[in-house]
Amino acid sequence: MLSVKGIPAGAALGLVMTALFLFAAVFAPVIAPYGMGEIVGGVWEPASENFWLGTDNLGRDLLSRMIYGARTTILIAALATALSFGLGSVLGFLAAVVGGWLDTGLSRFVDLLMAIPTLIFGLVVLSVLPSTVLTLILVMGILDATRVYRLARAVAADINVMDFVEAAKLRGEGSGWIIFREILPNALSPLVSELGLRFIYAVLFLSALSFLGLGVQPPEADWGGMVKENKEGIVFGIPAALIPAAAISVLAISVNLVADWILNRTSSLKGGRGHA
Amino acid sequence: MAEQNAISSAALSDASAPPAADAGRRPASPILRLILKRVGQGILLLFAVSVLIFAGTQILPGDVAQSILGQSATPQALANLREELGLNQPAYVRYFQWLGGVLTGDLGTALSSRQDIASALLPRLGNTLFLAFWAAFVSIPLAIILGLLAVRYRNGWVDKAISGLALASTSLPEFFIGYLLVFFFAVPQAWMAMPWFPAISTVYDGMPFWSRMQAIALPAAALTLVVLAHMMRMTRAAILNVMQSAYIETAELKGLSQFTIIRRHAFPNAIAPIVNVVMLNLAFLVVGVVVIEVIFVYPGMGQYLVDHVSKRDVPVVQAVGLIFAAVYITMNIVADIAAIVANPRLRHPR
Repeated sequence: MLSVKGIPAGAALGLVMTALFLFAAVFAPVIAPYGMGEIVGGVWEPASENFWLGTDNLGRDLLSRMIYGARTTILIAALATALSFGLGSVLGFLAAVVGGWLDTGLSRFVDLLMAIPTLIFGLVVLSVLPSTVLTLILVMGILDATRVYRLARAVAADINVMDFVEAAKLRGEGSGWIIFREILPNALSPLVSELGLRFIYAVLFLSALSFLGLGVQPPEADWGGMVKENKEGIVFGIPAALIPAAAISVLAISVNLVADWILNRTSSLKGGRGHA
Repeated sequence: MAEQNAISSAALSDASAPPAADAGRRPASPILRLILKRVGQGILLLFAVSVLIFAGTQILPGDVAQSILGQSATPQALANLREELGLNQPAYVRYFQWLGGVLTGDLGTALSSRQDIASALLPRLGNTLFLAFWAAFVSIPLAIILGLLAVRYRNGWVDKAISGLALASTSLPEFFIGYLLVFFFAVPQAWMAMPWFPAISTVYDGMPFWSRMQAIALPAAALTLVVLAHMMRMTRAAILNVMQSAYIETAELKGLSQFTIIRRHAFPNAIAPIVNVVMLNLAFLVVGVVVIEVIFVYPGMGQYLVDHVSKRDVPVVQAVGLIFAAVYITMNIVADIAAIVANPRLRHPR
């Protein structure tokens, strides 16, 4: 059973850190000491009593921007993950259940999309699309849906040949019932642990795009973009750019720890090789 | 479907599933036939990818000229750009013109600088391959040695450290690793008289070899760190897989020494998966190069691509995107062929 004692130290740490980031993201306007775009001091001031993390390249409070940045980064990554999961799992289930030319067509198209490195194809598409948050979510979500599709199709193909699905088909249920009432509940646990990994990937992908200047556009704050804004300071020994970069790493590691733990739990539930 | 998946994650599993043989006919050289088949699939895939990359720049409901010039463009400028991009023709005509150009080595002209793309690209491709080569030169032997160590001291602290490192490295963005290196090795610090390496990797034609090596030291180190942990973990998994097979147990039971087992039984069987791991990670390295080049302002293909994406220079983006995809696909094909060559079981389809 799920008890607080049973959570290993790593996963507990991951849960606490993830919760902290989420808290910062949700209550950003309440806990941020200054406004997001407010110029409150000199350029690249060191950490002090007034500015806990110092100021950035324009004299804005770095801590406040970090908190607002958590909001932007986590929100966009979460929406992209939701899109990739919705799209990928529904199409994957559909391919496994319907089979035939639909399965072949979808699978070959996904293979083709995956034959191009995601970052490269993302850059190609973003060269013609307008730089808006909606475009980012769509591009990230659709490109990442290929990975979810692969997993969902493999899992659903296994479940689809089980007796209870056979029984449902003989009862005369339609594809919709088979997918949402028979397959989805049984495919949930492998998909949920994948969810964490896809979210990390979305955070890293978004940060890389913003760092390259092609993601979230200023004056909006997001962590990858903040690294870009402050990178000139590094050469003068000013670590402002390292702080958002470190935040991305900590968030990713935390979610990774939680996802690992969920993966171990679910595989041990199935009597697999995992050890809780 | 009988055809195999051409991309990375499927490559390892392909190794265990020999393609179905043509019934009745005994080919002269099965290995050659398999390789030719794999290369043929790769070429087909490359054509499909070129369609996708071309289509990827046509997905706007409006037209490319409008999105390049923005809302404030004059009608005259729009008409000129449409004319130049050939937008007055249907998409498939433009695709075949583009493809014909690419096949004859003509990548078109950059919109922003009016330069010939192929001649601007060639030295940058050389720079990128130079950087990737040295990163691979360091990371591959290191990853294999560390992977072997992790297997030798399985579940010990070496092993734990390596899996911890692997977890960290899948979570760290490339720019964090890159700027940490800059911060500690290219910026004056208390513990060194002067910075060891330049923060910006300038290279130029005719640069002496050693100063060129010094210039790429930090980006190559960053790239190494980006791929190292992943490669180590995959090497570890490949060797562990071999070490758990029945013939290794037999060798242990008949009293062979640990070293003889690894040399005579485990290593020859682990070559194929390790080569596979290495090639897949080289493909990964080629992509990782994009962000690393921007961090260190290194004049390679990645930086060229990123610059022209923000300038919305579509012909350049198409050309560079296609080259990156081609390199990536080639690496995957080489990985598959290496698996076929190194594993005799794949040569004799049952």
